Amino acid sequence: MNGTGQGSFSTIAGAVSRSRRDFLRSVGAVGIGSAFTGLRPLRAMTPPHGQKAVVVTFGGGARDEETFAPDGQENIPNLINELIPQSTFFTQVVNRGILGHYVATASLATGAYETINNFASLPPQNPTVFEYYRKALKRPASDAWVVAPSNGFNRIGESDHRSYGSGLGAEVILPKRLLSAVLSGSDADYRHLLSDNYETPLYTPEVGNSEIHMQQLEQILRLSVSDFTAHARSLSSPDELSVYIARQLMRELAPSLLWITLHDIDVAHSGAYSLYIEGIRRSDRLCAEIWKTIQTEPEYAGKTTMFILPDFGRDADGDSGGNGFQHHRTGDPLSRTTWMMAMGPGVRQGTVVDRPVESIDLAPTLGSLLRFPAQFAQGKPLEEVG
Amino acid sequence: MKPSELKADHFKGYPAQGRELTTKHLALLRQLPRVFLPILLREIIEYDWKFPVERSELENQLAYLESLSPTQLTGLMSSFERFTLPANFDQSDIVMQPGRFEQRLTAWLWSTRQMDEFQKAAKEYGERLNAANPGHSPSIPRLSIVAIGQGVAENSNPLFRKLRPQGVHFTQVNPENGMAHLRQTVTTRARTHPLSYGHWYIDGGPPLEGTWDGVTCVSYATLEPMRAALLHKMRSAIQGGEAGPEALRNTLLGMQPTELCGRERDPILGRFQVNVLTEGSGTQIFSTTFAQWTAREALRRAQPVTLLVRFAPRQRQRSMDEILSATNPAAETNMDPIGSLIDADMGGYYTWINQQRLPNSNESFFLIWFEGHNEALAIGPTMPRGTNSSKPIDLSQMLALVG
Repeated sequence: MNGTGQGSFSTIAGAVSRSRRDFLRSVGAVGIGSAFTGLRPLRAMTPPHGQKAVVVTFGGGARDEETFAPDGQENIPNLINELIPQSTFFTQVVNRGILGHYVATASLATGAYETINNFASLPPQNPTVFEYYRKALKRPASDAWVVAPSNGFNRIGESDHRSYGSGLGAEVILPKRLLSAVLSGSDADYRHLLSDNYETPLYTPEVGNSEIHMQQLEQILRLSVSDFTAHARSLSSPDELSVYIARQLMRELAPSLLWITLHDIDVAHSGAYSLYIEGIRRSDRLCAEIWKTIQTEPEYAGKTTMFILPDFGRDADGDSGGNGFQHHRTGDPLSRTTWMMAMGPGVRQGTVVDRPVESIDLAPTLGSLLRFPAQFAQGKPLEEVG
Repeated sequence: MKPSELKADHFKGYPAQGRELTTKHLALLRQLPRVFLPILLREIIEYDWKFPVERSELENQLAYLESLSPTQLTGLMSSFERFTLPANFDQSDIVMQPGRFEQRLTAWLWSTRQMDEFQKAAKEYGERLNAANPGHSPSIPRLSIVAIGQGVAENSNPLFRKLRPQGVHFTQVNPENGMAHLRQTVTTRARTHPLSYGHWYIDGGPPLEGTWDGVTCVSYATLEPMRAALLHKMRSAIQGGEAGPEALRNTLLGMQPTELCGRERDPILGRFQVNVLTEGSGTQIFSTTFAQWTAREALRRAQPVTLLVRFAPRQRQRSMDEILSATNPAAETNMDPIGSLIDADMGGYYTWINQQRLPNSNESFFLIWFEGHNEALAIGPTMPRGTNSSKPIDLSQMLALVG
């Protein structure tokens, strides 16, 4: 029953925000002054026709110590040098919900703090952005996709809300599951791509109806089993496999709403700090690769907004209730406070937004961007982006 | 069951000393809030397997609560009384299964977004308790020693970065007979200041040879049969259709030391080891995690005056499926020494943090050494912070400096 924290939430959350802001000043890559005063809504900058959005979340947050703090910057060279200068950066994104990866990602997707069991195969309770988008804009199923490596995410694409739900959600693809399906028995060459997260080693829910099957992989993604497995052999982690599938989706289907959940960082639950750092470095690299793909794919270039955000943080070293980077169990301010960057046409570059926002603001912001109402969302559109 | 309905008979399934404690304090237990009582009972039901310091703290806590007037007790507990459990909340068997109640309570607090409030209440309660019972001063200044990097020939990563501001960074350490010096220091302190569970040696590999009289020894290699039995249990749970972390955790929480390792000569230490392997995420798989978590738990629970932690290389990363399936046991011999060094460097930092949480931390000493190499760092009241020393020194001289 030890208490946690070293001060009020607002004090520490503010300190987190300040540290990121100070860091951004120090690298000199962004113009901060205009971010704090007189920022005008950007709705006047009409998004180009055929607006698309790509959302990249880290399921398994990274702390400031290993990212934006001086010692951590070596782990995120792509975010620092390439992406932040092109983005509007929100320094203080607070998640006030349950700090479990599935339920937190579901909350991001619905814009409401979900209370579903993190370890059960359940759909979100509130409509997802995919349902809002498809219903309001009358879009086909092929226009909204989720790519997630974790087995628990197979129900993320569609809620059980009575006004939405069945048939209106996103297609969900779990690349690791696909790879497992095509492998006959145990194959040592692929074991590293089948890693489960160490928080839930035994959790393998039933595959949902919306999950793509192998035949769909061949017909929709135009990937043969042999090509898929051959390429997988060259990859080093589940997240690399996810990004490979995401690229294939972008190339073949060009969905207007694409959600990619990276999960390698969550190996931190095993307590091996070096593996956690490797996960951060890989995520940093993959984010840059996704942005590069957006810039080079004709269907996306010039009309795609990308959002990058961890679903939440991890416990602080100083919190006696936790074990530092290993978990996110204390609910302390550092585990609840993270960041978000947005980039693309209509989004100011090199801008820092220091006011606190909430992670559930993402869904209504996507609604503002793609022109659909997120009527059951609890968050508010971020005027700096939408 | 309401707390006010508790009777001595309800505790007849408790281990002997824990049962005695409930009988002695039954009147107090009846007055505690519903959400608070099971948390305290979880401590009491484990009383027979607690270390001396833990027993003393629990007794002091109960004595403190009993010393309060009814008005004071009500005031102290008011922040917990605010949490009203819903009618359909499963409150079954809070006496014999308080741990499971705690799990259900945790899930409910998260789902109703009351966890922050509960943490705040717990923190305030802890502060009141600490003010009333400041804790035991150690008989001698505490000393923790951490050896990292076993098996690493060359390293290009900067070490001790988080600890350097706290002490002296030595760069000309003579590594000769280093581990022998460390062992001698630990055993000497155990001989001159004998204390039950007061001197610990934790190894991420096989234990160093030699006698360790008066020292509590735990090693990853020695616990290999227990780890294997645990993984077997986990596999059985999977094959039996018991999927899901909550179900697994319930299974593990209910396990007794005898299920994993037979009858231990020291049941308190046996229970501690089982807890390390069942409650510590990753401790069953990575020796670096095992060493760090075991040190954390030893410091938190036993509050030793001497602690030696030696990290060893861990196995390379494999998928959890592969580890649990045990299809390739030989893969555990495929080691990652550089990754292990990075893990251990952070583990050393966490060991220092955990030592600093104990009473009289301003008098404590801490030494971390890159085993077999020239680099070490020492922290203590006589060690200037944030300084470097390139003066040649051997480990026995360093140990003389830190206690």
